[in-house]
Amino acid sequence: MPPDPDPDRRDFIQGVAAGGLGVALLSTAGPGVAAADPPTGPGRAIPVQLTVNGQDHALTLDPRISLLDALREVLHLTGTKKGCDHGQCGACTVLVDGRRVNACLTLAASVAGSPVRTVEGLATGDDLHPLQAAFIKHDAFQCGYCTPGQLCSAVGLLKEAHATTDDEVREQMSGNLCRCGAYPNVVAAVQEVRLAARDAR
Amino acid sequence: MNPFDYARAAGAAAAVTQVAASPRAKFLAGGTTLIDLMKLHVETPDTLVDIGRLPLDKVEAVAGGGLAVGANVRNSDLAYHDAVLARFPVLSEALLSGASPQLRNAATVGGNLLQRTRCPYFRDGVSPCNKRAPGSGCAALGGHNRGNAVLGGSESCIATSASDMCVAMAVLNVTIKTQGPKGERAIPFADFYLVPGETPERETVLDHGELIVGVEWPALPAGAKSHYLKVRDRASYQFALASAAVVLEVAGGVVTTARVALGGVATKPWRVPDAEKLLVGRKPTAEAFAAAAEVATKGAVPRTFNGFKVALVRRVIVRALETVAAG
Ligand SMILES: Cc1cc2nc3c(=O)[nH]c(=O)nc-3n(C[C@H](O)[C@H](O)[C@H](O)COP(=O)(O)OP(=O)(O)OC[C@H]3O[C@@H](n4cnc5c(N)ncnc54)[C@H](O)[C@@H]3O)c2cc1C
Ligand code: SF4
Ligand code: FES
Ligand code: FES
Repeated sequence: MPPDPDPDRRDFIQGVAAGGLGVALLSTAGPGVAAADPPTGPGRAIPVQLTVNGQDHALTLDPRISLLDALREVLHLTGTKKGCDHGQCGACTVLVDGRRVNACLTLAASVAGSPVRTVEGLATGDDLHPLQAAFIKHDAFQCGYCTPGQLCSAVGLLKEAHATTDDEVREQMSGNLCRCGAYPNVVAAVQEVRLAARDAR
Repeated sequence: MNPFDYARAAGAAAAVTQVAASPRAKFLAGGTTLIDLMKLHVETPDTLVDIGRLPLDKVEAVAGGGLAVGANVRNSDLAYHDAVLARFPVLSEALLSGASPQLRNAATVGGNLLQRTRCPYFRDGVSPCNKRAPGSGCAALGGHNRGNAVLGGSESCIATSASDMCVAMAVLNVTIKTQGPKGERAIPFADFYLVPGETPERETVLDHGELIVGVEWPALPAGAKSHYLKVRDRASYQFALASAAVVLEVAGGVVTTARVALGGVATKPWRVPDAEKLLVGRKPTAEAFAAAAEVATKGAVPRTFNGFKVALVRRVIVRALETVAAG
């Protein structure tokens, strides 16, 4: 990580993770930390085994850490975005056990043992996921901030298979807000991939 | 968020013991209400007992055509369950009108039953709010109360019950099954929620540490149809301004069964027995529906900015009844 004279929140959390504070707020150092630094009240760091995009990570986390913060600040998978942090925008959408959920309202500890898939896990090597390719083709984003969430949400939508018409796709994508207003193009991209998959069957 | 200990429940009985042991311990299910409110410092548990993986996740038929649903069944799974779609459309429609697909994938039946109000002064963590900080007053009474309740309120609290699912469950005559420190019990839906009165911090009859294990309800009368109608500020991903769940059975040209419950306008899921009685024995006409809607809102107390809800919910009731009557 490049040096930063003005430490931001991520630096802070990493500093704590490295043992910078007396309290074991969170650590990637392994389960020894909590024992070496006995807690005085609630909030002991706990071992959390996360499986993200097929990779296992043995972490020791403050139970307060959301899945979103664990992905971004601990595992440095910054593709998943934080918009509202309150379940109101969908920017943090990831797939847990293949189902789309809001990572901001999910505790990292509560998904231990369940496979997590993020936007970083959609492509296969250099081959984009069909939805990623369709988003580019249909210009389904402008600033791109909502896009990782839109993509994971669309993966969930196609698997759930409850949407056929444009209206249904719009409704089923309503958990993902886009300030740039790329909605019509998102619908077009999702529909193209949905129809291609249907025709292939 | 304040620090807390996290533990996965080993079983229902163990979870009850763990939460009952500490006055500030809470169950964690989907987390979509609890984690949100913990980030706002509105909820400050010192222990979370994660019940999300307990096998309370079945939807089972009960004798006579009813359903028994585990507390951990996710809102999306219940909404799309074949039996619910076929026989209890009001519940499917209510669930699918709530939140977003992502939230519904996480949200559970138990958590939805106990979701908290969206009153902005409750959520802001600082305003006077008798529900959050008993005795501190109610900022909504003289404040921005456009979303607040017109039915079931008191001078202590006019917080709206936010759930869509619960409005449907009110007309399904659901029973809530629990397991608590004092044993098991089955609580009729009508007895489960409390109006705020002078103790708005107490929302249900549950004891501390009492776990909801599931809900159960009987079949609807053979010829009955059901429907949920929700009106809100935008087309999706928004709480109700006014909603109605209705069950209607018409035989020989007259109404033989009528059940109506309201959402978005009351302090708890709001059945309107007087309106139901008025409908039974009458022809299912626009006039009868309008009369029922009038009766349903009797005693409504509009506040500065929410008076529109009285007229709005009447129209919602009429339209919901017209929709089921039409077939
Ligand atoms: C942005 C947003 C929009 C939303 N829009 C809507 C909407 O339009 N309509 C709507 O109806 N809802 C809406 N919701 C609310 C959502 O439906 C609820 O948050 C959800 O149903 C709660 O379920 P959960 O499993 O996540 O509960 P949790 O957050 O896990 O728990 C909620 C409460 O219930 C308790 N609890 C959970 N399970 C049990 C159990 N088995 N026994 C005893 N106690 C238990 C917990 O201790 C906690 O106090 C919205 C939420 C968000 C964040
Ligand atoms: S209406 Fe109820 S929840 Fe809202 S501020 Fe008043 S006391 Fe609090
Ligand atoms: S960041 Fe999770 S929904 Fe907005
Ligand atoms: S592309 Fe900018 S928010 Fe959606």
